[in-house]
Amino acid sequence: MRANPMALLEVEHLDVRFPLRRGEIRAVRDLSFSLERGERLGIVGESGAGKSVLAFSLLKLLSRPGRIVAGKVRFEGRELTSLSERQFRRLRGNRLAMIFQDPLTTLNPVLTIGQQMIESLKAHRRLSTRRARIVAIDKLRQVQVSSPERRLEQYPHQLSGGLCQRVVIAIALLLEPDIIIADEPTTALDVTIQAEIITLLKRLCDEHDVGLIVISHDLGVIGQLTQRTLVMYAGRIVEQGPTREIINDAQHPYTQGLINALPQMTLPRQRLHQIPGSMPTLSEVPSGCAFNPRCAYRMTPEGLPRRDCIENVPQPVRSGECQVACHWVAELIAREPSEERAT
Amino acid sequence: MTQPETLETLGRAADTPEPLVSVRRLRKRFALHPERLLPWRFDRRQRGWRRERIHAVNGVDLDIQRGDALCVVGESGCGKSTLARLIMGLVTPSDGEVHYDGRRIDHLNARQWQPFRRRMQMIFQNPYASLNPRLTVRQALEEPVRIHHPDWSRDRVGAKVETLMADVGIDSGWGDRFAHEFSGGQRQRIAIARALSVDPEFVVADEPVSALDVSVQAQVLNLMMDAQASHRLTYLFITHDLAVVEHFATRVAVMYLGTICELADADTLFAHPRHPYTRALLAASPRLDDAFPGQLRLSGELSMPLQAPSGCVFRDRCPHANRRCREAAPTPITLDRGHQVACHAVEEGRI
Repeated sequence: MRANPMALLEVEHLDVRFPLRRGEIRAVRDLSFSLERGERLGIVGESGAGKSVLAFSLLKLLSRPGRIVAGKVRFEGRELTSLSERQFRRLRGNRLAMIFQDPLTTLNPVLTIGQQMIESLKAHRRLSTRRARIVAIDKLRQVQVSSPERRLEQYPHQLSGGLCQRVVIAIALLLEPDIIIADEPTTALDVTIQAEIITLLKRLCDEHDVGLIVISHDLGVIGQLTQRTLVMYAGRIVEQGPTREIINDAQHPYTQGLINALPQMTLPRQRLHQIPGSMPTLSEVPSGCAFNPRCAYRMTPEGLPRRDCIENVPQPVRSGECQVACHWVAELIAREPSEERAT
Repeated sequence: MTQPETLETLGRAADTPEPLVSVRRLRKRFALHPERLLPWRFDRRQRGWRRERIHAVNGVDLDIQRGDALCVVGESGCGKSTLARLIMGLVTPSDGEVHYDGRRIDHLNARQWQPFRRRMQMIFQNPYASLNPRLTVRQALEEPVRIHHPDWSRDRVGAKVETLMADVGIDSGWGDRFAHEFSGGQRQRIAIARALSVDPEFVVADEPVSALDVSVQAQVLNLMMDAQASHRLTYLFITHDLAVVEHFATRVAVMYLGTICELADADTLFAHPRHPYTRALLAASPRLDDAFPGQLRLSGELSMPLQAPSGCVFRDRCPHANRRCREAAPTPITLDRGHQVACHAVEEGRI
């Protein structure tokens, strides 16, 4: 993929592996994407697709024995994978922030909200405690936490789930980061609270020009929150493009299957479309296209199994505004190039 | 607008047959754990907290007709799981009655419960926790069959288990494996097979697909709908996912803080929601076809039902709340086709 001078974050051919005694797990394979300033990017996929490992490896939070085997992560043109832990600490939490799934486990239960916020501020900035308190209160106000002065004295368990997630977002915003990575930010929350958090995240990203990477298994959340989406399957990106395109006109058989399996896509009380089989474990991914055993299109129009699907890993091809890694789509485009472009 | 009536006199229609399950004025209070009693923690010496209770289910009336798939939907903490457990006899009600097929079952002892256990089964949310890790799949499926049919021969039990496994799409070669060798979707299939093993007529499913991925969720929902058709099941389905409700339910009960605020046929509820909470819930659930979360927004969150609240339970978050809502709890009124709403504003025609 060509270097994009505008990109805030650029990931190129990233490969993350967990060497285990039983064999190696390749959690992220040859993965490339970029994120622009102020852009909201979604990463969608089912459990075991490697979404969270991807997020953790961007922040160098991989737990052993996981490591980045190949590839580059560039932040404002600066290579991150080769930084020492000491150098990375200056970035993490400061320029790159993360929001985790469960707000209650993210926050330290034995420290007050105020202590946690002020600690993080003082670690990166030379601020007096009084000054840090003012900043903390200001950030809590931005995420619409009521009576922020009082919240600073409270412990996480005294707050509800939705309020905790706001506090976590406020902490992520404390140092005015350039990128926020949110791993399933609303999964632990009720729908009414989820709607509030989605609106809040959108507003904050627009106001502060922050790049947001949202990881979710929920296409509804991705659809509301992001402008561009990557679909992951077995460690690879199978499709990427504008979120609207992907939801309304998915090209990759897996993305199509994922969307068609949603209850909304079928009339009530009718059988849902289902993808046969299940996601392979990352240690035994099928050869060729990882999706091929579950794919309905692995046969050629003549009714023979397509050899490419079983033997070769599909490379992304352009289809409309999307990039799709699928031999079948590639064949369609090759056959009717003009028609594909038109749609 | 119709006159307020009590639920006692209501059926879905005049010719409605006897409901399979009916619940009357059901209440469950839980004593609060002292550590959880947040605002009063420093007051421990005054022993005041001992009297604090959570009103998890607060006067629920509900009928479940044969063949229905009744979904109970609500946010976490609204009491929907407690309601399911009360009906299954897994927790004892503080007050009220549960009738099954015309017989009162809420005060039975374990021995008296046994014949009902065969007719009523439950599927739990987390298939990782609901299957015994020390039993093979075959053993797990044989156990309930043996208990409820002590007179069956070994071969007959074996044959029953084989059919069950085929029914839910478990390869019979997997029978000697243990639960941990399966994925979440496969485990949930095993849990469903186990519930079906005694040929029940009523199945309570508490968030059976919430822990599953979308593609697996579709497989499990299909399986449950197939089972409903082939075994003529009646479902009580607890979930927080409105998309699943819209797909699966024939009838829907919306719960808020221990009470049912709206009860209607599924198509009616989704086409014409009346209660402000139902409307807010529908607006908040993300849809694929629009890029914006719903406009009808709620402020605040579900509070804890510590005292039996005066007035309407939803009044603090309701945009239409007035003085009457703060003073008196609304009684359910029936609109048409068994569509029941407990809301003063709807009753007065304000919304």
